[in-house]
Parts: sequence; C-alpha cells; structure tokens
Amino acid sequence: MKLFTYSPGGTEIEEEKWTKDKPYVKLPPPSIAVIPLLQHTGAPNTPTVKVGDHVKIGVLIGSTSVPVSAPVHASISGDVIAIEDRLCPTGSKIQSVVIKNDFKEEMVEFERVDSIKNLTSEELLKKIRDAGIVGLGGAAFPTSIKLSPPKNKIIDTVIGNGAECEAYLTTDYRIMKEFPDEIINGILIELRILDAKRGIIAVEDNKKDAADLLVQKITERNLKEKIEVVLLKTKYPQGGEKQLIKAVLGREVPSGGLPLDIGVVVQNVGTLKAISEAVFEGKPLIERGITISGTVINNPGNYMVRIGTQVSEIIDKVGGLSKKLRKIIFGGPMTGIAQPSLEVPVLKGTSGILFFGEEYFEMAPEEESPCIRCASCVDSCPIGLLPVFIDHAYRRNDMKLAESFNAVDCIECGVCSYVCPAKRHLTDNIKKVKQSILKQRKIEAAKKAAFEKLKQKREQENIEKEAKK
Amino acid sequence: MNSEMIDLVVTSAPHVRKKIKTFHIMRDVVIAILPVTIGGIYFFGTGHTLGIIVVAIISSVLAEYLGNLIFRRKNTIWDLSSAVTGFLFALVLPPSSPYWMVVVGAVSAIFLGKIIFGGIGSNPFNPALVGRAVLMVSWPTFMTTWVKPFYWKIGSKSISAITSATPLSIIKLNGYPKLVSLFGSKVALYKALFLGNVGGSIGETSVFLILIGGVYLLIRKVIDWRIPVSYISTVFVLSFIFGRDPVFSILAGGLFLGAFFMATDYSSSPVTPIGKIIFGIFIGFLTVIIRQFGSYPEGVMFSILLGNAFVSYFDKVKPHIYGVFVQKGGRV
Repeated sequence: MKLFTYSPGGTEIEEEKWTKDKPYVKLPPPSIAVIPLLQHTGAPNTPTVKVGDHVKIGVLIGSTSVPVSAPVHASISGDVIAIEDRLCPTGSKIQSVVIKNDFKEEMVEFERVDSIKNLTSEELLKKIRDAGIVGLGGAAFPTSIKLSPPKNKIIDTVIGNGAECEAYLTTDYRIMKEFPDEIINGILIELRILDAKRGIIAVEDNKKDAADLLVQKITERNLKEKIEVVLLKTKYPQGGEKQLIKAVLGREVPSGGLPLDIGVVVQNVGTLKAISEAVFEGKPLIERGITISGTVINNPGNYMVRIGTQVSEIIDKVGGLSKKLRKIIFGGPMTGIAQPSLEVPVLKGTSGILFFGEEYFEMAPEEESPCIRCASCVDSCPIGLLPVFIDHAYRRNDMKLAESFNAVDCIECGVCSYVCPAKRHLTDNIKKVKQSILKQRKIEAAKKAAFEKLKQKREQENIEKEAKK
Repeated sequence: MNSEMIDLVVTSAPHVRKKIKTFHIMRDVVIAILPVTIGGIYFFGTGHTLGIIVVAIISSVLAEYLGNLIFRRKNTIWDLSSAVTGFLFALVLPPSSPYWMVVVGAVSAIFLGKIIFGGIGSNPFNPALVGRAVLMVSWPTFMTTWVKPFYWKIGSKSISAITSATPLSIIKLNGYPKLVSLFGSKVALYKALFLGNVGGSIGETSVFLILIGGVYLLIRKVIDWRIPVSYISTVFVLSFIFGRDPVFSILAGGLFLGAFFMATDYSSSPVTPIGKIIFGIFIGFLTVIIRQFGSYPEGVMFSILLGNAFVSYFDKVKPHIYGVFVQKGGRV
C-alpha cells in the first residue's frame, strides 16, 4: 500500500504507546458529575434544569438557540445539587451543572432507527445536533455546524481522521479496532448529509492492523466504491486537519480559511462513532473513550468515561497512583493543557489524561540555552514558518515583525519547541505573539468600524443641513 | 487520596521535548572530524600536528571561559562549541604552524569571532575562519609554508626538501599542465587529492576522509545537504566555464572541508532552505572568482567569510507557507 504524507515539516516523536493493547473498559459512574455548559467552540448553553431537580441519564440539562453550539445532557442519574462556576480543563471557570449520583442508572428512552434510508439530511442533522455531538479530537467544534456548510460550498470528500499523531494517546486506535462498523456508518451518514461522493479513512502506518480491519469491514459491506482507507507515514502533526488534508489530497486550506473552502470535511473517528450512535441509537454524547496513561498511574489503559467525571475520581477508580504526581495533562503531551487541580472534569473534547511524576522535569526542561540557529524548527514546521525569527520578534516585542513572518498562521502544534536542542520555548512565545496580533487586529477593526459609522453620521448630518438650506 | 502524593506543576505545551541538546550536536561534529584528524596526523606526523590540535582546543576553551567571565555570561564551555571551534581551527592551519601562533589564532577565533558578538549562536562569521584570517593577514609567510606529506621520513633537514607548494599554488605559479606532469597523470593527481597525499592544511587534504565525516553529519541530520551540495556543484560548474579542470577544482584546496564543516556552521549560515542554496551558490561563485582572478591561490576561507556577511539577506527568502499562496480548490 502506498504511504501518504505531507511535506515539508513534521517530526517523529520518541514515545511509548503503553495502552495500545488495552481494550476499552467502562469506568464505573462517578459519585458526582460536574458538567460544564460550555464544552464546545461557540456559544454557552443556558441550564434547563434547576437545583434540586432529579435527572435521568440522557436528560437535556443545557441548551441555547444560538446555532454554533451543542446541547449537554446528564451523564448520570441523580439530583442536581448545584449550578455554579467550576474550573474547567481549558483553564477558565465555566457555569456547570453538578449532579449527585443516586446509582440507580435510570435512563431516558432513546429513539432508535434501523436505517437512514428514510431520513432526510435535515432529520439526520437534527439528530446529531440534539445528541450534542462535537469534534472529539480535541477542538470540540459542534459537528452539526461542521456538517452544514454554506450553500455555495460544495463538499466532495469526507475524511475520517484516524491519524492519532499525539504521543501516548491510543483513544482513536482503540475506537478503530473495536468500533469499525460505527466509523463506517458515521462516514455514510456524513456522505448522505453533505451529498459528497468520496469517503476516506486515513490511518498512520503504526496502526496498520486497524487500517486492515477497516478495509476488511468495508469489503464485507460492499462499500469499496464509496469509502477507501489510506495509510499515512507516521509523523507528527499529521492528525491536524490542515496537515491531514495535504497528506491525503495534496490540497491546502487557504490561510484563515476552513477545510470546507476546498470541499473537504475532516472528522475524527471517535466523532464518527458518536454520530453513528446518535443517529441509529438516539444516544446523546454522555460518555467518551479516553486514554489514561502516564508514568505514575496504576493500570493505564483506555476507558469509557462519563462526561463530567472529575480527575480525582478517575484516579481512584482506575487504581490510584504509584508515585508522587507532579503533572496532569489533558490531551496529548504536545498540545495538551497542564491542570492545576484534581477537581477538573472530563469534557466532550478530552481525548486523554496523562499522569507524570518527577521525571516530567527531564521530559520538558524549563531552562533555555542560547539559540544556535540550527534551523531544526524551520525544517520541522509543518506550516513552513520561521519559528526562530518569530521568537526573536517576540523577545524584542516587535509585533509588526512577527506579523511579517505570518505568526498568525501558526497551528500551535508544538513541534518547534519539541525539536529545539536549546530547549527554547518557541511554541509558547509564538502563541503569545499570535494572540496579541489577533487582539490588535480586532481592536483595529473595531476602531475602523467606529470611524466609518461616525463618518456616515456626519455625512448624513451634512445632507440634512443642505436640505434645510 | 494521600495529599502528599500530589504536588502539581503547570507549564505550557509541549510537555515533552526531544532528548537532543546543543552538546549532542557538537559531539556529533567532533565525531565527524575525527577521521580527517587521524588522516592529518598520519600525513603530517604525530608530534607537532597533534600538538597544534591540542593547543588550539585548550586555548579556545580557555578563551571561551574567560570571555564568559568578563562579559558575565553563563559558562558555556560544556556545550563543547568552543572545543569544536578550536578543533576546526586547528584543521585549517598549516602543519608547520608554531604553537604561539596557534594560541593567538585560537584566542582571536573565540574572542573576535564569537565572544564580542554575544557568544554561542550570535556570531555572524565562522569563528574558526576568523581566527585563520587573522593569522593570514598577520603572518602570511607562516600561513603559506606547506610541508610535504610524510616530511619527517625524509632524512634531509633542509627547508626546500620538506616544504612543498599546495596544488592550487602550483597552478597559480606554473600552470595546470606542470602540476599534472608533477603527478604523472590526471588520474594520479585526482587519486592523490582524494586520498590526501598532497601538501595543505592539516585537515583539508583528504577529500575521502572529509566525506566520511560529512556523510555522518548528513545521516545524523546535523547538517543540511543544501549548503555543501550547492557550494561544491557551483565550484564545479563555474570552474568548467572558466576553463579549469572541474574535477581537480573541487578536489583541491579546502573546498570539501569548507563546504561540509565551515559553511555549514549554524550561526553564520542561513536557516531557510532556499537561503542555504543561495548561500552555497554565492560562496561557490566567490571561491572560483578568487582562485581565477585573485592574488591568493585559494579562496574558500575568504568566500565563506564574505558569504557570512550576507546571510541575513539570504534568510529573507521564506519557504512556502501553508495556505498562503493557494489557488482555487486548494491546489498548491
């Protein structure tokens, strides 16, 4: 089989997938679920329950009429004990519904269908939206919005993202091994909704057995005409939407644009499974597969965890710590967020939780040494940026210069920091530069708008004066 | 849960780094120059040649230590970069250089080449070549006196018996046919140049041994192929255009040593892929021009130093940025 990849840039990551051979295990439901009302990219939900209400599993607890959003559902049965701001893994405090488990596991009736033949695109989309599906790869963008492109954009290809380039995580690999039919169903549903011709599932070659299984299932179901599986050369950050599209189709998403601008929709395989369950079983997104790994956690593995389970309960239920815990990472080590507390809950977008001890300090040394201009960052940037120069601009506080090096096109994949032999905090600095440029642009746009408004007003006044004369 | 078991730190991503450090890169460079060093010692004698190398390395490291002390910078001698500078500097010296001159050159290399610009990573010029340039203009006689390979085996102590001109200076003085006749045939000349059995600096004569080290650096991804390849091929093509023997032109002098070990110096070469190619072509052009029209027989050192001065301009040529120049439908 031909191996696909993108170029230039990217790197191989030295790591261990300890949990590769661990099938998904259902983690027992938590005694308390903290379910934030904003777990997606978009507008926050407003609670649809009150403190004291009794809820069953799958009951809607938050929704909004703003289109770019995804509703949230109760992941355990029990009583709502609080609706308050809680710390989220994203780093901010977000209004959350706190449910105390009664361990009765009462469930609402899910509306099942056997075939999608009689359903229209709108009905399928509504089912996906009502189930609160978001991108499970990490970005958590509402899936129903991703699947409703503007009328003038024609989508020709749907790519199932099974690249899983992040270190340590095996979430997507296990999904592909254990739920291949659901992934294929998910692709078929998306092809229906988007009226697209071609479905592709992309898998990196270190997960070839998963790719083979998918090929086998596709052949069995006689879907070879519609869906193909492509193998990618293992390389970070190939699971990033932009890199994946380039690797598979050779197309580039325009700067500041979206994949749908070039006729592509990319969907993580976990999301495809969730879509399939939402449509066929009517099941809302109340649990997800998570890799729990690291050096200090007992029984690392892949677990089906209810949304809203707090880290402290996960540690207890998985089997406790073996050594002193120094770092908790939500997501993968390249792009994940370090957590300050054990009280943060699992969100829809949480693909993994990693637990590290003292050895973390060797894994990511804090101390920088002088840049030796080795150009490792330049050679490995998947976007083709010059991280070393953007970093210089940041250190000189010269935003204009950073902007001239296209700092805003950075995808924050972390490769430049990873490969740097001088251990410089390139990614971190470029992120900061990028944020301040974007902020500045917003301010300037607002200023311009205000100026235009004033100008118009003046002109209007002048016209009125003229008329009076 | 036992609270003593938990003491959380929060840092920004990425939370994992490659294990390679500046030290490892410099160690690879040292490994890569070992074959050619052993070759140099073999051709030009154990005692004095080894002495020059040891003196150069010790002076460089001491100069780095003192420089950092004077400028109140962190001590950087353990990243091996100053040792590498001293090592490379020794390899571009004539095997007969007196020790005092080696010390002056090594200290100049570190101080004038590196420390005054801000230390490691900030030097605009290749420090080893800065040291050599200082000696070249200060003591030109010492720097252009070359001994024959295996000179210590010759019984005679007379200067004329053990000294020889480098192939390039023979061309400058007597022309190419004379040089070929000295070696018997073109093939014999190529062979001598490839193996290193000619007069020249300690580390520049054996193209074969330089290639072993160069290929090692390429495999270890310490250096990029772009600079050596564009540099050497430019010299090849331009020499041919000027009517010189192109094969001889790339094998002779310090071209391979310069192309693999000097022009690829990180801080004094471009970081962008296209910039590297332009840099290689530029210094290749200068090298041939100096050899053809200059009063010096060899032009590698001055062309690399001159090229260094223009690196920031070569770096202005940015690589292709994803999604910036995209046509309709995402085609690149």
